[in-house]
Amino acid sequence: MEPKNQQKNIVVIGGGPAGIEASRTLDSLGYTVFLIEKEDRLGGHLARWDRLFPYGTPAGDVLGQMTASMGRVKWFTGTEVTQLNRLERGYNIILSNGMSVLADALLLTTGFSLFDASRKEEYGYGIYDRVITNADLEDWFSGIPVPAIDSPRRIGFVHCVGSRDEKVGNRYCSKVCCATAVKQACEIKEKFPDAVVYCFYMDLRMFGRGYEDMYLEAQKKYGIIFVRGRVSEVSEDKDGHLFVKAEDTLAGKPLRVTLDLLVLMAGMTRNTAVAPIVRALELSTMEDGFLKPKDSMTQAQSSYAAGIFYAGACTGPKTIPDTVAEAKAAAMSINEYLRDND
Amino acid sequence: MQDRFISGYHDFVLPFMIGMIFILSYLAIGIIRVIIQLPAKDRKKFFLSLINPRLWIINLRDIICDVLLHTKIWKRKPLLGYMHSSIAFGWFMLIVLGHIETWMFVPDRLSTFYYPVFFRFFVMETDHTIGGSFFFFLMDFFLLIVLSGVFLAMFKRIRSMVFGMRRTTRNQLPDRLAMYCLWAIFPVRLLAESFTAGIAGGSFLTRPMYWLFSNFLSDTYHILPTWWAYSTLLGTFFVLLPFTRYMHIPTEAFLIVLRNAGIKVSHPRNGYTTAQIYSCSNCGMCIDACPMMSQKKNLRYATVYFNRLLRRRNWAKCEISADKCLMCGKCVAVCPVNVDSCNIKQSLRAMRAVPAASDYSYFNTYSAPEPSPEKVLYYAGCMTQLTPVIYKSVGAVLDKAGIEYTFMDRDGGICCGRPLILAGRNEQAQEMIRKNTELIRQSGATTLLLSCPICYKVFRENYDLKGIRIVHYTEYFDELMRLGRINIKNSGEKIVYHDPCELGRGCKVYKEPRRVLGAAGELVEAEKHHDESICCGGSLGSLTLSYEDRKDITLHSLDNLMYASPERIVTACPLCLKTFSPYSPKKVSDFAEVVAQNMN
Amino acid sequence: MIDFGYGISPSSAINLERFDRARFDRLCAEEPDVLKCMACGSCAASCPTAGHGNMNLRKVILLLGRGCDSDALAMTRSCMLCGKCLLVCPRGINTRHLILSINKIYK
Repeated sequence: MEPKNQQKNIVVIGGGPAGIEASRTLDSLGYTVFLIEKEDRLGGHLARWDRLFPYGTPAGDVLGQMTASMGRVKWFTGTEVTQLNRLERGYNIILSNGMSVLADALLLTTGFSLFDASRKEEYGYGIYDRVITNADLEDWFSGIPVPAIDSPRRIGFVHCVGSRDEKVGNRYCSKVCCATAVKQACEIKEKFPDAVVYCFYMDLRMFGRGYEDMYLEAQKKYGIIFVRGRVSEVSEDKDGHLFVKAEDTLAGKPLRVTLDLLVLMAGMTRNTAVAPIVRALELSTMEDGFLKPKDSMTQAQSSYAAGIFYAGACTGPKTIPDTVAEAKAAAMSINEYLRDND
Repeated sequence: MQDRFISGYHDFVLPFMIGMIFILSYLAIGIIRVIIQLPAKDRKKFFLSLINPRLWIINLRDIICDVLLHTKIWKRKPLLGYMHSSIAFGWFMLIVLGHIETWMFVPDRLSTFYYPVFFRFFVMETDHTIGGSFFFFLMDFFLLIVLSGVFLAMFKRIRSMVFGMRRTTRNQLPDRLAMYCLWAIFPVRLLAESFTAGIAGGSFLTRPMYWLFSNFLSDTYHILPTWWAYSTLLGTFFVLLPFTRYMHIPTEAFLIVLRNAGIKVSHPRNGYTTAQIYSCSNCGMCIDACPMMSQKKNLRYATVYFNRLLRRRNWAKCEISADKCLMCGKCVAVCPVNVDSCNIKQSLRAMRAVPAASDYSYFNTYSAPEPSPEKVLYYAGCMTQLTPVIYKSVGAVLDKAGIEYTFMDRDGGICCGRPLILAGRNEQAQEMIRKNTELIRQSGATTLLLSCPICYKVFRENYDLKGIRIVHYTEYFDELMRLGRINIKNSGEKIVYHDPCELGRGCKVYKEPRRVLGAAGELVEAEKHHDESICCGGSLGSLTLSYEDRKDITLHSLDNLMYASPERIVTACPLCLKTFSPYSPKKVSDFAEVVAQNMN
Repeated sequence: MIDFGYGISPSSAINLERFDRARFDRLCAEEPDVLKCMACGSCAASCPTAGHGNMNLRKVILLLGRGCDSDALAMTRSCMLCGKCLLVCPRGINTRHLILSINKIYK
């Protein structure tokens, strides 16, 4: 650890897993790190989640491990960036708590926003009482009451809500929803063993270590019924039961089923709260609004601007392990940058 | 005032006479052709209209308002209106006054075409009379009016923005030649009349010009060439006329007579349509109006160019244009001559549609809905199935008002048929119309409630449901509100209402939704609204617009709606709702949703 | 198995070797959108004919791409061109014009 590193300030914007992990790593390299989080607690979306695929690890444990040793990291929750100025070297950042930091490097770990499922009107989120999202279900798993979940006997999961959908401007795959849906399907089946659980998918993307096993278990142990077909519309009867239309594309026939609960797997979209920062720093974004790294192969953590770096889901949907790895990689990229520009 | 020449003739009138005879014969043949091409029942309507005195009065009024005074342009763009009416009405008055003068002073010359036009060449002033100077004053006055219009027209070519037009039509060679003729005719006439003002007399314009010129022009050799030039310009203009945009001048009057006779478009090129497209003045109002013009590459699909292609019978290109069109009807709404281009494109689609085998035998599997006590039948339509918020809110409002209704297509139903009509497949659409009519009749309903403007338009225009009231929910809720069956509280929210094409321009429903929304919140208007509202881009009217191209139109339309910075955008069409939602900066709601939310 | 070029009954199998792609290529040239389909089945699910007629656009596209033209065309006969599939297609395929083009090219 070089003692002069301590004179270098690094501002990390976004206190989710990427921000926490990168801050800790940069701190261990001896830099002075300021971690800014606009919510009242660290953890981002991870803090809202109950368990993580594929092994059902409690999200709280993961977050607890991460935040257990924050070292000398100066972190501020409930704080936003109000002004950003590019200086000859580095950046001047003014925070909503009145602080002003002269940063030698800036790391954006601004993550994603959960897709607003009410934008897919045909699914009736916000209109029908018994339509909820994956995030609502995680709330319920964590013990927060969700009135829609009232001993359901027939449950459906709709994959790809707001993902792979040009109609909402998101052509990409959100990467995590398939695995999340299978995880949640198994979990809810554990809670309601008598319920019939359906997963409506377009393609099952079980790419990660342990995912395929989870899928197999969902079929074998939990008896989840997988239907290859995208739900096209949902209507409601007088008692609030949901009438779902899809095509069973493998059978080649239209499929109709009545459900007591429908869970929409809302995907990841760009975080709109980053827009002012993007404008102020004139950062490049991709067609779908995610931040554009300098090179997706070898410089995935660098931006086009000197001294600005990215980690995590701000450049596109990522899993937790991907994000943590990127956070470490970003810390190393920043280290190299500061060393070379000394 | 008397004849200067015993013969009352001079060779210089020949170009004018050739042009005049040419154009009159051309028009006569054209009119006869149009009448022959009309379907028998339309022809009958036309001849009947000629013996109807009431229609004569209406025709006369319309011709004066539209052809001479251009009141429709005045209302939209006053300066542009002045430009048009100054030339049209001014020129018309010059012709009329020329004839009156001839009739007053040399009545035996009235039988020649040219004499009243070149009056000031053929006469000499023998004594000053009050009547004479009065007419001379009028002639100079109207010449001045025409000249002012001509100068505005020249200026418009350079700076169209001043006239409120962002884009004007690209002119072709014959158009340009005729335009230069038109620009030159009146200044040359002024010169010619000024030169002869010493002999034939003149007024405030021509006399001072005569004095001015006589100061440095010592002989009179310039007089005759100027009259030759005037006559040649007129002749050239008349010969060019059939091949140019200016054909609208004589055609429009004929179109008005046909239209008032109740004739509708029935063929994409012949008969009535010929009169329509020749009446297109190529003014280019439709270019700025077209929602597709948010993309420059779509400029070539503007209605004015479609009309031009149709005149040349360039079918292949016409078809591309017609298939691209959103059928939003805005070009028709702004058209100063009311060229019914949507129906022309529609009939072109029908003519060019590929015959396709169809099999709707499965219609037998649908059964008639059960009647409700109040005999209200709600038909949501295909699109509304995808926007559950609409039918759920409609249900909530009807429940609150205590109206028992039957939901005809809760589990899906038969399409209304309009999408097929829009694709030019009228015969197949008839099968849908027939079956739906049968189901509705069987249900015993007396009110058919619709939430989709696409369905509403077709039910009103193409269905025969006599005895059954066809009503859009905007009208129905307005009625319920005024009858006190529903009470709406004002949330104070700033809302803007988007006029869906098929409800607004299509069915002229404007005030009912506004009255209800005005009670529910603070209603503001978009920059362009009512007749000029901008299509959301989702219209089923366009067959070929790609999803990406539609997005541009949507964004443009949203910009227009955000004009008065509303908190919420409200529409009354499932298609608009679905089209706006993904891109709107503010929440987009359906009309029924707002009503349901604000009920006491 | 040896293929004699004929059999006792017409085979129901898809034979890609005997599939003359010319017409399908023409369709792709005129409607490049066909190639965008990811077979999610939204169109077939929301189709108002579902459960009544046998229109299934997903299958139509698939069958045409496998040379089973007559099966595909039989389906399009039920279509009412209502455009619901246009609205639900996640790939933004211009389904209505696609159906019109199929009718034109395969007439």
